[in-house]
Amino acid sequence: MTDVTLSSVKSSGNIRQLAIYLTRDKLALCAALFLILVIATMLLGPLLVGEVAGKLGLRQRNMPPFSLDNGLIYVLGADTLGRPILARLIVGAQNTLGIAAAAVSCSMAAGGMLGLIAGYSERWYSHVILRLADVIMSFPSLLLALIVLYTLGPSIMNLVIVLAITRMPIFIRTARAEVLELRERMFVSAARSMGASSARILFRHIAPLVLPTLVTIAAIDFATVILAESSLSFLGLGIQPPDFTWGAMVANGRAYLASAWWIAFWPGLAILLTTLSLNILASWARTVADPLQRWRLQSLRKAVR
Amino acid sequence: MMLGYIGRRAYHSIISLIGLLTLVFFLTRLTGDPSALYLPLDSSVEAREAFARLNGLDQPIYMQFLHYLQNLLSLDFGQSLRQNRSAIEVALEAFPATLKLAVVAMTLATALAVIVGALAAARPGSTFDRIAGVVSLAGASTPDFWIAIVGILVFAVGLGLLPTSGTGSVLHWIMPIAVLMLRPFGLLVQVVRGTMISALASPYIKTAHAKGMRRSKIIFGHALRNSLLPVITVAGDLATGLINGAVVVETIYGWPGIGKLMIDSIIQRDFTVVQSTILVTAVAIFVVNIAIDLVYVTLDPRIRY
Repeated sequence: MTDVTLSSVKSSGNIRQLAIYLTRDKLALCAALFLILVIATMLLGPLLVGEVAGKLGLRQRNMPPFSLDNGLIYVLGADTLGRPILARLIVGAQNTLGIAAAAVSCSMAAGGMLGLIAGYSERWYSHVILRLADVIMSFPSLLLALIVLYTLGPSIMNLVIVLAITRMPIFIRTARAEVLELRERMFVSAARSMGASSARILFRHIAPLVLPTLVTIAAIDFATVILAESSLSFLGLGIQPPDFTWGAMVANGRAYLASAWWIAFWPGLAILLTTLSLNILASWARTVADPLQRWRLQSLRKAVR
Repeated sequence: MMLGYIGRRAYHSIISLIGLLTLVFFLTRLTGDPSALYLPLDSSVEAREAFARLNGLDQPIYMQFLHYLQNLLSLDFGQSLRQNRSAIEVALEAFPATLKLAVVAMTLATALAVIVGALAAARPGSTFDRIAGVVSLAGASTPDFWIAIVGILVFAVGLGLLPTSGTGSVLHWIMPIAVLMLRPFGLLVQVVRGTMISALASPYIKTAHAKGMRRSKIIFGHALRNSLLPVITVAGDLATGLINGAVVVETIYGWPGIGKLMIDSIIQRDFTVVQSTILVTAVAIFVVNIAIDLVYVTLDPRIRY
């Protein structure tokens, strides 16, 4: 059942079907369009405004937003060194999203695999995996990250590794919890009685049922990782100058809160809108992937009164 | 049976704790030489050596570690280098402030989320469901450091209603708690709604309907009880994550809790205090984890240990 669903969603003929589902949910459509915009600016933006983002302008220091006197690029105001905030937002998107994407991919692949094994098998390594997850979880992730980054030096590579490790337990635990319940189901007993090996049951029969949950978590987690990276950069142990992310931009603006609110406000809003769009799309994708709920998008035309 | 289970968990917890403390011990020792930080720049080599000898820092690192473990067994966690008193005392002193903040925020968030999530799931696609969906997604997507700053900007600087930071009156509690509960609330509403919708689609709900049972009883009595399991897992994970939020919130609002103490101790290289705060936090989290496992068994008789 789920196999059919997944393969039908994957096949190219159904991309149009997905697009139709997307237009049926206006909120998800807006979120998707916003994310496409963010990704496009991330790819093309630095070529267009990379120069301007680093240009100091003493005359534009702390320029308030919503004035077009100095051109469109200054519409969100300028920071304490007179650099246009809009241009810096565009350039900062690359680091912000790139670090998060790398961290989440590593985390989901490693964590999901370990969780499947830990849930299905009762051998000693299952216990080791769970203890490992416990140890990581018992360590508040921000603190683990702070200590490791302080020790190894805050580089982008270390940032990705630390973020991936700190997010792994949630994949391990979720995958395990799902498997614990699924392995008691009838279809698993049936497969086993027909002589299927453990690996086949786990990866062929159980994994496809766990995958939608893991993907949903990865999508929500992508937002979480963006937030975690921002917090680290905000506290000063994340990305280091001259590189910057949106979180580091908020940190820069914090000192000028009373006099120039816009320096800290816009990057934070950019983080919020990006993570919110991701979360909206994740919950939409969950509805599409769930055969029990997909009818909500299919029969929407009838439901409209 | 039950006691044996708790005993096993406690045994595993102690192994994890030792692993954690070992990791932290070596990581913090790698961050640099504390005598460089505590003595004036022009202090003599002899003075540095005397300082190191006094604090046992001249020994090889494995001797320092053995000594540390030995002291640990006799419940001696060492002296704080910065405050010149027992390190565990410093950590325990800061702990209640964070605990109060976390308990209030988590209780409010969970209670609100269960009610909102259950009501949203009762009529999927309704106006209430859509509003609850967007609000909860926004809550889960907001960068806490940013909303804390915006809160100060609006309610303290702009309107002058609430104090910017510190402790004391009830007014001081409002902003930290609101910021801290925002994320758990948003995530929990999502989880409650998701699991409730699948629970409401199961056959036993049809049976209950067929029996002519009251709708409110079906939702809160039958479906909610069965969908609390994943909610409790997530709530437990979020309780750990709350420490991360606490680090940021306490830093911004000047709340004298364990999060602020951790950051300060890492930066000032106060090894013993870092270790003690981690010990205190880790013990608290292991207690929460065991409690969650026990609640699991109580709520779902299908799960056996």
